[in-house]
Amino acid sequence: MMDKVALIAELKEIIKPYVQDQEAFGKLTEETHFITDLKINSANLVDIVLDTEDKYNIEIDNDSMDKMSDVKSAIGVIEEKIAAKG
Amino acid sequence: MKDRVVITGLGVVSPNGVGLAAFLEAIKAGRSGIKFYPELKELGFSCCIGGMPEISEALKRDYFTELQLKDFKSSGILYGCIAGLDAWKDAGLAINERPDYESGTIFGAGTSGVEKFREAIYKLDDKQVRRLGSTVVAQTMASGVSAYLGGMIGLGNQVSTNSSACSTGTEAILMGYDRIKAGHAQRMLVGSCSDDGAYVWGGFDAMRVLTYKHNNDPEKGSRPMSATAAGFVPGSGAGALVLESLESALARKATIYAEVLGGEVNSGGQRNGGTMTAPNSDAVQRCIKKAIANAGIKAIAIDAINGHLTATIKDVTEIENWKIGLNLMADEFPPINSLKSMVGHCLSAAGSIESVAAVLQLKEGFIFPNINCADLNEDITALIPADRIPQQLVEKDINIVAKASFGFGDVNACVIFKKYKNK
Repeated sequence: MMDKVALIAELKEIIKPYVQDQEAFGKLTEETHFITDLKINSANLVDIVLDTEDKYNIEIDNDSMDKMSDVKSAIGVIEEKIAAKG
Repeated sequence: MKDRVVITGLGVVSPNGVGLAAFLEAIKAGRSGIKFYPELKELGFSCCIGGMPEISEALKRDYFTELQLKDFKSSGILYGCIAGLDAWKDAGLAINERPDYESGTIFGAGTSGVEKFREAIYKLDDKQVRRLGSTVVAQTMASGVSAYLGGMIGLGNQVSTNSSACSTGTEAILMGYDRIKAGHAQRMLVGSCSDDGAYVWGGFDAMRVLTYKHNNDPEKGSRPMSATAAGFVPGSGAGALVLESLESALARKATIYAEVLGGEVNSGGQRNGGTMTAPNSDAVQRCIKKAIANAGIKAIAIDAINGHLTATIKDVTEIENWKIGLNLMADEFPPINSLKSMVGHCLSAAGSIESVAAVLQLKEGFIFPNINCADLNEDITALIPADRIPQQLVEKDINIVAKASFGFGDVNACVIFKKYKNK
C-alpha cells in the first residue's frame, strides 16, 4: 500500500488545474472539500475522476465517484481501487 | 436620441489579420489571408486552400484560463471569444463583477466545436461515453460561443446564438439592434464565428462549390467579380461589434464608430427560383429595398456597398439584384467591394467580419480594394461601370455603407451603417 502522504501529494497534482481557491489549496488537509473549500466547479469532478483513472490505471465507477467529495474520501476510493486491482 | 443605436466597439479575428489594427492595415493594403493547407490535400480535397486566423498559444492565454483551454478544441468559440472580448474592451466596457442586466449578446455560429464533436464521437463509438469529460456539451452546443462570452464578461441581458448560414453575422447585428431599439437592452455584443478546417469545409468541397484551380497560388484563389471566378475559398474567424443606445454611449463618453440606421432580414421561401442553395432574386431585391426604407435613407445616398460576392456565377445575379433593389442607373451605382477577395468566404463568420470592415471604412474614411479581379466579369461590367469596382485603396470620407449577406436556406440580411454625427 502506498504511503498516504505521497498519495495526497499526487492527488494535489491531479486536482490542481481545477482549483478556484488557491489559498484553500495551499492549506489542503484530508478534510478539505473539493467544492465548498476549493471552489471546484462541480462539472469538473468528472474530469478529476478521469485524470485519477489515468494516473493509477484504475476504473472508478459512478457509485465510487459520488463518494469522492473531499480529499479523505478520494484517497479512500483510490486505495480501494488500487487494492482491488491486486 | 432615444431610438438611435450606435457602434462603440469592434473586434475581429480574420485570416488576414487578428485584432483591429492588423486587420485595418491588411484590408487597406489588399492583403490576402488565403493559404495552402497540406492536411486538406492529404484528405483528398479538391480545394486545398482556405483562410484560418493565426492564433498563438500565448495569445489564447490572454483570453482563456488554463482550465478553459484544457481539452479545448472549438476553433469557432476560440475566435468568437477573442473577437468578442476585444470589442468589449475596445468599447471601454468593464468585465462585470455582478451581472450587467442591461448588456447581452447575440453571437452567431454555423456549427460549434466540430473537432471536439469528432473526438467525442470516436470515444463514444469506442464505448467510452463515461470518459468524454465535462466540456463536450459546452463546446459543441450551438450557443457555446455566446455562453462562453456571457460568462467571461458577466452579461445579464439576453445571451443567445443565432444561426442563418452565411447571413448569420449580419443577422446578429440586426437582432441586437432591434433589442436595443425596443428598449430591452442598453448594450448588445453582436457578431458571429465559424469553426475552421476540413470537417466544416468538406461538405462544400463535396458540393463542388469551392475553387480547385488555385491550389498552387492560394492568394489568387478568391476572385469575386472576376471573369475567372471558379468557386469560393472557405474561410473562418469571427467579427464582433458592441451596439449601444446612443444615450448610453454619450453618457459614457464612448468613442462612436458609426450608427446602425436599420436594415432588413427576410427569406425567399425557396420559391420563385430560390432553393436551399440559390437565392430568390425577388426576395433579395425586396430585402435591399426594405433595408433602405427602414433606415430612412434614399438609395442615392449610399456611398459604398459591401457585397456578399463569394466568387461564384451568382456574383452577376447579386450585382443585378443590388441595381434593381436600389433602383439606380448604372452611373449612379456606388463603389462595391467584397472582403472575400482577401479572406475567402468565412461562412457563418462572414457577415460580422465584413461588417467590421465596412464600419472601419466609415470611421477611417476609405474604401478597401477588391483584389483578384483585374479581369472583371463582362456580365458585371455590362451592369455597372468598371470603375465602381475599386481595385486600389480609395481614401475618402464616406457617409453611408450598405452591407448584405445571403445564406443557404434562401435567407437574406441587409444592414445600413452611417458615419456618426452628433445632431
